[in-house]
Amino acid sequence: MTTAREMGLVTCTSCARVWPMGHARCDRCGHALRSRDTGSLQRVWAFWFTGLLAYIPANLYPMLVTQTLTGTQSGTIVGGAIQIAHHGEWGIAAIVLIASVVIPVAKFAAIAYLALSVQRGAVHGLRHKQHLYEIVEFIGRWSMIDVFVVAILSALVQLSVIASIHPGPAALTFALSVIFTMLSARSFDTRLIWDARTAISPGPPSPSGHQ
Amino acid sequence: MLLLPPDRRILSYLVKETLVGNAPEQNAAAPDLIGCPMCDEVYAVRQPHAGERAVCDHCGTVLIATREGAGLRILALSIAVLVLVVAASFHPFLSINAAGLGNKVSLLDVATSFRSGLLVLVSVATILLIVGLPALRVAALIYVIGPIELGRPPAPRAREVFRMAQALKPWSMTEVFSIGCAVALVKVSDLARLEFGPAFWMFAALSVIVVVSDRYLCSWSIWEAIETADQRRPAPPESEPVSGSEGKHA
Ligand SMILES: [Zn+2]
Ligand SMILES: [Zn+2]
Repeated sequence: MTTAREMGLVTCTSCARVWPMGHARCDRCGHALRSRDTGSLQRVWAFWFTGLLAYIPANLYPMLVTQTLTGTQSGTIVGGAIQIAHHGEWGIAAIVLIASVVIPVAKFAAIAYLALSVQRGAVHGLRHKQHLYEIVEFIGRWSMIDVFVVAILSALVQLSVIASIHPGPAALTFALSVIFTMLSARSFDTRLIWDARTAISPGPPSPSGHQ
Repeated sequence: MLLLPPDRRILSYLVKETLVGNAPEQNAAAPDLIGCPMCDEVYAVRQPHAGERAVCDHCGTVLIATREGAGLRILALSIAVLVLVVAASFHPFLSINAAGLGNKVSLLDVATSFRSGLLVLVSVATILLIVGLPALRVAALIYVIGPIELGRPPAPRAREVFRMAQALKPWSMTEVFSIGCAVALVKVSDLARLEFGPAFWMFAALSVIVVVSDRYLCSWSIWEAIETADQRRPAPPESEPVSGSEGKHA
């Protein structure tokens, strides 16, 4: 195994071309070259805390305010999912719960775990960590479902006195929370995870290039 | 074997057969090096045959995934998405009926339904995530891949534009919105009856097309193609290609 850094090279994270160390900008794609993004973890934590701060009110305030002839009811994220489940739509209720509760919480935990293990220089399970990172990156955007549902319902359900639906303040804080967690995950330089492997004994160079 | 450890790079030969265009004999000697953006491992790489994939030995990241005729397909699918986004924005999207009262909304009505106070920000975000950025991204792909497919030199600032298209990928949320429609449908099912307008089906179709098109998109191949196409420029009196003007300082 040979990393670009060990060879005195730097990899362009945008187009994968390698350049001599010290080259400032990739000549092929124009992306700024950094062997390791040293400010990465700082940005990861900054976005992480902002996202968490936004996530708390997102669960306390209503996402939707529904006005019907029988009165006004406002539902939080969890309340909305319970209401769907009462209609017997367990599948949809599960989607809402997973997208707006399970995924966001798991994402906060996963990013914190990855950042902490890099800071501690953990050398085990590197591949699992890489995998975890990819899952976090892939799944993050799906949390926006609930915001979109609120958008659709508040545009559509405007039936004068019979029924009308309005968005609640949680729609904003929840959207912010999703966006900031996505930014947090994207700030993470995964090469920092893999640097731990060079910290252990280099080992004999194994020329196993099959694939 | 598409990837080799960098010290065995003599074994690699260039078989110029990139996914777009064909540029035969140039720089046949030096194999390229490729670095894994995720784990920093370096490999020597020869030009892949159509359909070949290269996966990083260390972290499992797919570095190269060529497909036969990928450029043309991405181009065609992107044009289809652009047409559908515009059409879907102006046709009726969903309609609702309850006790004789009805309401019809377009995609833009949905995206701008947050109107009070700070919630306007959510409208701005929604319109960007489901209409603006997806449209911008496919337009950028057409702009970059179009001239290359036609055998011309790359469009001005094609590199910056393609880099932007790649950065926009996670923020283009058409398929997430489609699933959101299904959830919304169930939520109001006891309140009223929902009907899908033509724009809904256009949007559903374009969400699928975006996913399919992205499966054809291999960033490495497109960078190679941009580079190859750059060599088609008529007169090369200038020095080495420095993209844009801001690369000049220091
Ligand atoms: Zn580059
Ligand atoms: Zn790798």
